Amino acid sequence: EASDFCLYWKWRHLYVPRNYDPTLHPFEVPREYTRALNATKLERVFAKPFVASLDGHRDGISCITKHAKSLSTIISGACDGEVKVWNLPRQECLRTVQAHEGFVRGICSRFCGTSFFTVGDDKTIKQWNWEAPGYGVREEPINTILGKAVFTGIDHHQREGTFVTCGQTVDIWDEQRSSPIRSFSWGVDSFSCVRYNPVETELLASCASDRSVVLYDTRESAPLRKVIMQLRSNTLCWNPMEAYYFTCANEDYNLYTYDIRHLDVPVTVHMDHVSAVLDVDYSPTGREFVSASFDKTIRIFPKDKGHSREVYHTKRMQHVICVRWSADNKYVLSGSDEMNIRLWKANASEKLGLLSAREKAATHYNKKLIEKFQHHPQVRRIARHRHLPGDILKQKRELREMREAQRRKEQNVRKHSKPGSVPLLTEKEKHVVAVVE
Amino acid sequence: MQNENLVQISFFNQLMLVHPRKKQNERSEASVQVSEYFVNAEGTGDKVNLSDLLGTVEKTSGASNKTKKQLRNLQSSKETLELPLNKQQTEKIQRGIAYEKTTAEVSCWKNIILQNQKAEQMVFPLNQESSGPKRVEQVVAGWKVQTPLEQEIFRLLHGSRQPVNDPVLTPVEEQSLKAMSLEEAKIRRAELQKARALQSYYEAKAKREKKIKSKKYHKVQNKAKRKDFLKQFDEMVKTNPEGALEELKKMELSRMEERMSLKHQNSGKWAKSKAIMAKYDDSARKAMQEQLQMNKDLTQKMVVPSDDEHESIEEGLETVPDFVNDPETVIDPVNPWMRGQLTHEEPEVSCVTAEEVQTAEEENEEEEIIGEFERKRKLRQADEEDLIPTEEEHVVEVSDKEEEDEDEEEDVSEFNTLFRLMRSEKTREGSNQTRGGLNTAGEEDEEGLLSEGQIRVRSIEDLEVLDEVVEPRAIEEPSAPQTAAAEATSEPPHKKKREINLKEVLTKEAKAVRLPFLPTVVDEEERDEQISIIKEAFAGDDVISDFIKDKSRQEAAGRPAVVDLTLPGWGEWGGVGLKPPRWKRKRFRIKTAPPPPRQDQKLPDVIISEKRTASVASHQVSQLPFPFQNTAQFESSIRTPIGSTWNTQTVVKNMTKPKVVTKLGAIIEPMVKEDFIKSKTTAAGGKGAAIMLGENRRAKEGTKRSAENKKKKSSCGC
Repeated sequence: EASDFCLYWKWRHLYVPRNYDPTLHPFEVPREYTRALNATKLERVFAKPFVASLDGHRDGISCITKHAKSLSTIISGACDGEVKVWNLPRQECLRTVQAHEGFVRGICSRFCGTSFFTVGDDKTIKQWNWEAPGYGVREEPINTILGKAVFTGIDHHQREGTFVTCGQTVDIWDEQRSSPIRSFSWGVDSFSCVRYNPVETELLASCASDRSVVLYDTRESAPLRKVIMQLRSNTLCWNPMEAYYFTCANEDYNLYTYDIRHLDVPVTVHMDHVSAVLDVDYSPTGREFVSASFDKTIRIFPKDKGHSREVYHTKRMQHVICVRWSADNKYVLSGSDEMNIRLWKANASEKLGLLSAREKAATHYNKKLIEKFQHHPQVRRIARHRHLPGDILKQKRELREMREAQRRKEQNVRKHSKPGSVPLLTEKEKHVVAVVE
Repeated sequence: MQNENLVQISFFNQLMLVHPRKKQNERSEASVQVSEYFVNAEGTGDKVNLSDLLGTVEKTSGASNKTKKQLRNLQSSKETLELPLNKQQTEKIQRGIAYEKTTAEVSCWKNIILQNQKAEQMVFPLNQESSGPKRVEQVVAGWKVQTPLEQEIFRLLHGSRQPVNDPVLTPVEEQSLKAMSLEEAKIRRAELQKARALQSYYEAKAKREKKIKSKKYHKVQNKAKRKDFLKQFDEMVKTNPEGALEELKKMELSRMEERMSLKHQNSGKWAKSKAIMAKYDDSARKAMQEQLQMNKDLTQKMVVPSDDEHESIEEGLETVPDFVNDPETVIDPVNPWMRGQLTHEEPEVSCVTAEEVQTAEEENEEEEIIGEFERKRKLRQADEEDLIPTEEEHVVEVSDKEEEDEDEEEDVSEFNTLFRLMRSEKTREGSNQTRGGLNTAGEEDEEGLLSEGQIRVRSIEDLEVLDEVVEPRAIEEPSAPQTAAAEATSEPPHKKKREINLKEVLTKEAKAVRLPFLPTVVDEEERDEQISIIKEAFAGDDVISDFIKDKSRQEAAGRPAVVDLTLPGWGEWGGVGLKPPRWKRKRFRIKTAPPPPRQDQKLPDVIISEKRTASVASHQVSQLPFPFQNTAQFESSIRTPIGSTWNTQTVVKNMTKPKVVTKLGAIIEPMVKEDFIKSKTTAAGGKGAAIMLGENRRAKEGTKRSAENKKKKSSCGC
């Protein structure tokens, strides 16, 4: 009867009576497989990650920072010392400050979102108000500290009024004082990046130019430990949800995730880039991170996978210098050599904005289907396919060939030498030279 | 000039006197590096010797002799102290210690991290504020008491230590909040909810049961309760003798009450009416007996267990025999002979029926229903047992007839042996499962029936094995005239083969008869008709032999062929009629290794194709993917559908729920240690008041941080 198939209300929901007898709905696997295949295809069809490009800088972008309390605001620093504050939804520049002479090397926002700090090649640390000055008032920093050497990076404490800079030494500053309250050095090398651990807020890590990554604890008088790798690490980023993991972007085209409790071997080696990796930033959920590379691409890696799940590039995007993941886990920002900041979606095929309940259910179902059938060759083939520019593809092939040759050579050497004299090293073990206590 | 200079210097000195240099160089800031210029180097030349100190020690009266002696010894000893470690080494040690400390501290995250990694769903931002109603004080910042009425109220509140202004929660409330994390609170809330729900269920159930009017139901219930109570009592005697004694007293009391009342004395209205009926009605008699039994049970005196044997003996002597207490049962009020002991004896005489009744009543309604089903099933089983042999009979005849064709006979016999093997295996399993040897035969048959699909061919030996089977005739009979008719119509035996073989086709029909609700006796005419229809429809079909042929063909196709590479005439004489020599044949006939055994090798009634079809292969998974241990696991993961076509709404929702959920437009802050690692910080907070030395510095900082955090929430200044 027709009345049997009408909607009815039950517990404030509309229900359609359904018969779930499996004999009435045969071929569940083939049908779901077809759906999965379609979902995969649609995912690729709708994968349009590029959202916007913010132009206005007159030199390459050297650093980007998010506002601590506002999702819509970012600041960027350029190689000509200019700092710009941007409004993302309106895609426009709110404010321009000539902050430094020479490069702006680092920017960081204060945790409360009222001011931000910049460091530059002119050996100064400047604190700026987030609020733009009134009409006719000159842009002037709240505070300026003149240092002895060039600062190459800055990061602010998560909850206290202290910040850390790096250059010749790693210095910890109190906001109220004009000289560092503590400075760490280990050897005579300079540092390129320093980051506070967002969870264990007294922990620090820095990348030094002697190819090492050094750990500090601000409560201790000396650095904790350093791990020396085969090539230099450019930047590093702590996982905001897992206190003892950090990932560093290396010159040898790879990224390495370390567990600070076991520094001798990285937890994961992330390899896909074909040129030096210049910047890395974790998603606020701590599940993935995004990396920017000299090879003009951005890649998104799951934190525990060796290969990227996504690669973004455009024809006009040059070497990507800096990259940040937005605080709501939805977008990725990249600043590149050709003076543009680009806004990307973190999930390429995600529909933005509010979704209706049915849309949401459908997307969840499709996602689950793709996950369920991810091992099936057709699904995998389609899901994995990405378009890459020709030269990157060529480089990739070249690299693969080189690796293969190296492997072969090593094999041959092993074959013709005394057994045990050429040990078999895993990929993880290859890149760490030493751990210095 | 010189004078001038001197004047200047003196002036300068004067200046210095006015503004002493020391004061000018004082630092208010802490600094790691202290400049050498500010160090006061007064008295650098003169050293303090140990002897200088010793001299004073000798003079002072306060110092003990022991110390003086030690100092003197020290002075006389020539040993030198060991050199302190050099700077590099001390730093290394310091670093090592610091690293150990830090790693230990960081390791406290391990559980949380693992938990989050395993979590089916994570919702970000992690610590969302509850969406419940908030107090005015929380929403409106900086709200102050203004009107006199308000002031009065708040004075009262002050008196009772209620929060007035900024700290919305009382210190006690705050502490209680701190004591439990959000997760724990959630878990506890869920537990409480569950408990409440259970309680309400029980209440509802009790209410419902109370409303039931059926006397029988309550009787059964009471009986069950009593039984339970007795069980508990037995346990109580062992575990809690005092409690048991109390219970005993209660029982004694109830016994006394029972003795005083006329409740079960067969003197009521109902009992009288039953007594009249009892003459003719068996059930009425039983009911009466039961009531009497009840009375007896209730009025029976409990024997209190005691250590003194004498007492118990005495008691035993004193107690009156049971039946004295028994009320007069008026089964037949007219007959005085039916009184007394006899009536007591009676239930034992008719124990079988009484027991049955009792058991029936002990069970509650559900059990009764189940029992009903059991009985029905038994009946059905009996029917089925009647049916089985008929099928077998069929089969025998079929096999008799099929042995005509020579070629096929081989196949069929192979088929038979396989089948027998299978069956014997199954029966063995079945016999293993059954405990007693009493009804194994019946169960075997049952199992054979249940798993049976195509029992068609059977030899006589098989029948001999199953000797205990009763021979029913009901279904066999119709087949006989049919075969006779078939024989009449068909002329030669080999042509008859092509004709429909009745029993082959009819096996399915026979199965249909087993259906429980079908009558066991089928209308014979109808059956005949059906048979003839089927016969017509399948004229010229021989299903089994076709199947066997088909299977053997496929098997043969799967077997690797011998490749013959012999070239006749190569290296020897060739010509018509000449065969290549044996060595050549041996060498050039290449036999490939036999393929792995077919999947259907042991399944006589199944053909499993092992061909890999190219069109499907491109869609199939060729290797076992990583997290799966075996193919079965992977296949099962694929087999379960997740769509709403196959599952209910809630199930789909659960199955498709995403791993990471983020709120639109919400900033996801990094984890905050104080929120997740509770015990440590609270412990540190407790320590705060104690002496704070270097080691306690971390703890102190922890408290400071949390304090800062709170401050940050209220106001934020740079």
